[in-house]
Amino acid sequence: MEPRRLRLGFLLAAAAMVLALLLPSAPGALPLSARPYVWEMSTAACLLCLVAAWRADLRAAVVGLPASVLAAAVSLLVLDDPMVAGAAGPGFWLIVIASWLSAGLCVATLASLRQVRRNRQRAIDLLVPLLFGATVFYLWEVGVRGLGVPPVLLPAPSAAAARFMSSLPTLGIDFVQTFVRGVLIGYVIGCGAGLLVAILAHRYQFLSRGLLPLGNFFAALPLVGIAPIMVMWFGFDWPSKAAVVVLVTFFPMLVNAIAGLSAAGDSERDLMRSYGASHRQSLTKLHLPAALPFIFNALKINATLALIGAIVAEFFGTPTQGIGFRISTEAGRMAIDMVWAEIALAALAGMAFYGVVALAERATTFWHPSYRT
Amino acid sequence: MTNSAPALSLRAPATRARHVLMERYASLAMMVALIVAIWYIAAIALNWTLVRDGFEREETPYTLSDVLAGTMDAERPLLPAPHQLAAAVYDSVFGYPPLAPRSLVYHALVTLSATLLGFLIGSLFGIALALMIVHSRVLERSLLPWIICSQMVPVLALAPIFIVMLGALGLHGLLPKSIISAYLCFFPVTIGMVKGFTSPDPLQIELMRTWSATPRQVLWKLRWPAAVPYLFASLKVAISISLVGAIVAELPTGAEAGIGARLLAGSYYGRTIQLWSALVVAAVLASGLIAITALVEGGVLRRMGAH
Repeated sequence: MEPRRLRLGFLLAAAAMVLALLLPSAPGALPLSARPYVWEMSTAACLLCLVAAWRADLRAAVVGLPASVLAAAVSLLVLDDPMVAGAAGPGFWLIVIASWLSAGLCVATLASLRQVRRNRQRAIDLLVPLLFGATVFYLWEVGVRGLGVPPVLLPAPSAAAARFMSSLPTLGIDFVQTFVRGVLIGYVIGCGAGLLVAILAHRYQFLSRGLLPLGNFFAALPLVGIAPIMVMWFGFDWPSKAAVVVLVTFFPMLVNAIAGLSAAGDSERDLMRSYGASHRQSLTKLHLPAALPFIFNALKINATLALIGAIVAEFFGTPTQGIGFRISTEAGRMAIDMVWAEIALAALAGMAFYGVVALAERATTFWHPSYRT
Repeated sequence: MTNSAPALSLRAPATRARHVLMERYASLAMMVALIVAIWYIAAIALNWTLVRDGFEREETPYTLSDVLAGTMDAERPLLPAPHQLAAAVYDSVFGYPPLAPRSLVYHALVTLSATLLGFLIGSLFGIALALMIVHSRVLERSLLPWIICSQMVPVLALAPIFIVMLGALGLHGLLPKSIISAYLCFFPVTIGMVKGFTSPDPLQIELMRTWSATPRQVLWKLRWPAAVPYLFASLKVAISISLVGAIVAELPTGAEAGIGARLLAGSYYGRTIQLWSALVVAAVLASGLIAITALVEGGVLRRMGAH
């Protein structure tokens, strides 16, 4: 980040804060200077921005971050006033702009930072996207509440979070129904079957020549469409969801595992042959380990696919629980904050699932070039 | 390591020279034949009790061969036999004028338009995002982790909300479905193109620098041509999930037309043959779209001098 642009940005943020102190936050609302705590905080934010503009280097990020947090706190405090919520005027939006500007400048400064020490670099790599995400959530919250967007259209993240916390038991039931029963069981069966068939195809080349094109064909099909048929065959409860997940996860695993099992180099194969290794030995000691990166690739793809498959299958009929069931019924009842809470649950489950697979990959394929940096 | 020259050929070379076509397609043909055979057996097994109960309800005398014949053309089978399904698909594709609401061509066209529009929006957005990420370190480090995170979210769960939100904004029909398609398919394009744009050698980039090329020249003369193979690889993934997105987006919307609506109606009213023929059309659509993308890929890469 150029110092001149950094300085200009922070000066603009400070000017916005000064203007916000002068302009009314909403027609007829108390000015900032008449509110306890608020005007001290805004002045402090303004001063911090000025300090950041004066420094205009790395230290600006250290000063600019609290400035942005202070401005954000001011805007949220002002929003609690029912006069402002839904009818925010230019004074209010100036605070938001000041907060957003200084946060953006801090993210930009931190992102262009290169640290020699690996731990510090890792901390910064984590901090930058977190700050970015926090800014996005802040803008969402302030935008929805400041503009008075009807909650039927888009609830504020705080409303969805409050709903999440207050309906934990329901969410827990849905989680068990969809994730533990539908996704996990189907995922284990589907991936396991895909891997077994791939091993068979690796043993008998004749099979593999027919399976590979078929597998590629099926992997590209919109297989979630099979969901209504599975509901018809296996009933409304979790077995039908698990069956959809099995079908959806089988083919990516099959295709990837077949590719992975033939990934071992020729000289390694020759070495196994010259040791007189049996098929089983060369499978467990050479081909399966060499296929691990491919298998984990499929496991990662399947982690997302499985969750999608289970949720979509629930649109076609469920007992009265499950993430997909809750999403479609609550969307029909216009309880959008509950829908967002369910989406947050699905997102958390999906990320945790993916994270566990990724951790397992790191633990088992540490030898692979992409991890040896 | 990968060249096969030093491989020891301990096994005796195959004595019988086989026909190339035989070699390639025998296995595939056998697999397909096997699947069809299993399908017939499964159809008999699954529909057996259904047909037998039907006979018993009407209290007509029946023989085993009657039941067997019944499983082959039941009106609402659990699993339609392949020939029954083929006849139904042929009937609903060619039996009506293409724009009649009972014709599957009409429903396929509705879904196809949403798919293509979503694919277009999604891939353009994905390429634009990749360009921004490649040219800005700030975006690479702040945005890319979130893009990756966004894909661990089961996106399709968002579909009903999108429809409600966009419906409240006054958008109905094609666009909400396309947006869901686009949201699904931008990710592989972005990831593939970031990889593609950064695929040129450091040496080549340094050469561009010694010629004092501007970033725009580096983009058009080096990065973009280098990224084309990656572009097509990701487009092939994108178009198939764009179709999935369009179909699933038709499920919760209560749409009257489209393959997804056909699936939902078939499942509600128990019209299994309609359900299966919608699935067959979806499969044909998916493989057709991928084949077209592959054809375009072949043409473009040949024009660019690939072998």
